[in-house]
Amino acid sequence: MNRFQLNYANYSIVVNSVFNLSSRKNRKGGVGLAPQRHRASQLSAIGLGKSFGNFEALRSLDLTIAAGEFLTLLGPSGSGKTTFLMALAGFLKPSRGRLEEDGVDITDRPADKRNFGMVFQGYALFPHLSVTDNVAFPLKVRKVPAAEIKKRVGDMIERVGLSAHAHKRPAQLSGGQQQRVALARALVFEPGVLLLDEPFSALDKNLREGLQAEMKRVHRETGTTFVFVTHDQSEALALSDRIAIFNHGQLMQAAEPRAIYTRPDNRFVAEFLGRINLLPLEGCSAIDGRATGRLGEATLSAPTGAAALAGRQSLLAVRPEHLRIGAAGADDNSVAGVIADKIFNGAEMSLQVALATGQRLLLSVPDNSAAAALAVGAETKVCWPVESGFILHDDRNA
Amino acid sequence: MTRSWMRYAILLAPLPLFLVASYVLPFFVVAKWSVTDPEPGLGQYIRIFTDPTVQVVLIRTLRICVIVTLVSVTLAYAIAYNWVFGPPKRQRLIEYCVLIPFWISVLIRAFGWLILLRNNGIINESLMSVGVIKEPLALVRNELGSIIGMTHFLIPFAVFPLASALRQVDPRVPQAASGLGAGRMRIFWTVTLPMTMPGVLGASIIVFVFALGFFITPAILSGGRSVMVAEFIYLQLFQTVNWGLAAAISVVLLVIVAALGALLHKVARLDKLVG
Ligand SMILES: Nc1ncnc2c1ncn2[C@@H]1O[C@H](COP(=O)(O)OP(=O)(O)O)[C@@H](O)[C@H]1O
Ligand SMILES: [Mg+2]
Repeated sequence: MNRFQLNYANYSIVVNSVFNLSSRKNRKGGVGLAPQRHRASQLSAIGLGKSFGNFEALRSLDLTIAAGEFLTLLGPSGSGKTTFLMALAGFLKPSRGRLEEDGVDITDRPADKRNFGMVFQGYALFPHLSVTDNVAFPLKVRKVPAAEIKKRVGDMIERVGLSAHAHKRPAQLSGGQQQRVALARALVFEPGVLLLDEPFSALDKNLREGLQAEMKRVHRETGTTFVFVTHDQSEALALSDRIAIFNHGQLMQAAEPRAIYTRPDNRFVAEFLGRINLLPLEGCSAIDGRATGRLGEATLSAPTGAAALAGRQSLLAVRPEHLRIGAAGADDNSVAGVIADKIFNGAEMSLQVALATGQRLLLSVPDNSAAAALAVGAETKVCWPVESGFILHDDRNA
Repeated sequence: MTRSWMRYAILLAPLPLFLVASYVLPFFVVAKWSVTDPEPGLGQYIRIFTDPTVQVVLIRTLRICVIVTLVSVTLAYAIAYNWVFGPPKRQRLIEYCVLIPFWISVLIRAFGWLILLRNNGIINESLMSVGVIKEPLALVRNELGSIIGMTHFLIPFAVFPLASALRQVDPRVPQAASGLGAGRMRIFWTVTLPMTMPGVLGASIIVFVFALGFFITPAILSGGRSVMVAEFIYLQLFQTVNWGLAAAISVVLLVIVAALGALLHKVARLDKLVG
């Protein structure tokens, strides 16, 4: 029982475990229940690196992926996401470091012995096999009895809603349907880890949103560890338990979506995820967890960690949605500026306010508000609660 | 621009005329012989399917062509696989080994094999001197000699379509199979080979059609002891002077080749669909 709960880490609700236990027993007898929870693995990369010749595609990377977690790898194109995923899958031999699954070293274990499910960019379905045979492939490899294969494949295809297309070849399916086949094929053998490389990148927006919800549901139902690659930040924010941000082969930060959005560790993460205003502070000093410095005429503050300031250029960071036009309240920062640009985008109006010091502040206001009616060139004041900002260090030239 | 186009058109105009004069007209003449020589009727065609001498030649030809096709396509698949997926050094080596024979005439290659395979040839002599065999092996002046020479000649013709089929395989597909738990052998038999099956069929048809019409290589390497259909036609024309039979067999061959050509066309299109 103890081991069972370990395996299900995040899902160690006793009821669940009991349910699984019985469903497993049933399956042995050949009559499985439909919703199945899988064994979920914990993965650890320890100092993992990969070089192609002199080029470091992945720098020493330390990251532990909890059992049952939905982790998203997010980063610009070429940042090493696929390289990391391929190293996890066993298709790429790391140049440095180790990989562990539940504490066992698997660095040298070949891909076909890792028992991870994978959905490739472009799906990589078997073009010469029907949907059924594609999904049955991993079970046939594992020498599962034919009757059980038939049942499990049928269940899986039904779960992804493709029963009507079971006999078709991949070329006869739409992109979204192919994507579902790839998912079914990767999940049917109940892998401890599911690796997905930009599974939605080839699909149009509406389809993506539907499939995202489905992906989330599948994750909930199976309890498998998901490692999901995307370069779409809203997708990452919507789906993940945790997001790992990559840049130039380096892990910049790994944290929960809200934490990574509201308290990014560094400038790259702050600018990559959503839009942000960055204001350089002069003569910055920290008292009582609050950093205060000057920007031209204005004195601005933001919460900060203790030893954070030491001798580096500090930037006050604040998201556009926290700014407003108008008079400052009790615990607000306030700067004066001139409306430089207005962009109408549906429900809201994006304003750019030029400051005397040369920066431009970006903010969004409701389209029917008084602020939205301000003309370009009008003088105005922009303010925001001190608590909504935070301090970053300029790591551009670090 | 227009004028130079005109010039090319004028230069090219004789080509269709040339084709008609050299292929189409002779074909009709041959077709006519097959039903008129020595007397009008389908007698020569009936002979093809009843005369034991013709039957022996046809069955032998079929047997040799099937064996040559199977052996050369199998070997060519191994070569093409290493050419496409092997390490760069091996790829270069294969390029040379496949391309160089193209520059050497059929005649020279056949004589080369004769030198290697005959009773006092290099292979038999070295085997005997090492003491593996006492009597020389009958490697040439028989069907085996023809098969060896034809296979060697035809392998490159199979390597090219197979390599192109293998190049069309998205490397992520066999990779996916490996991720799903399949070992190398299993990936080959259940993924790579089926995905390249149109290429295998295409290569087989090409090799078979070439083998069907082989003349010089079997003539030299079998030493007239296992006559194939092309040599048989030659003998009917120039030694037995039985033009009607020669013409009838030619027509039958042509029909078979045309049917295989049509099949190849279909397979090639299928290849595009799958790729
Ligand atoms: N096989 C390879 N050989 C050389 N360079 C490679 C290879 N695979 C990836 N790279 C390089 O490594 C970097 C990271 O690639 P990748 O992991 O595919 O990025 P991402 O998936 O984040 O877009 C890129 O600059 C890419 O050009
Ligand atoms: Mg990628």
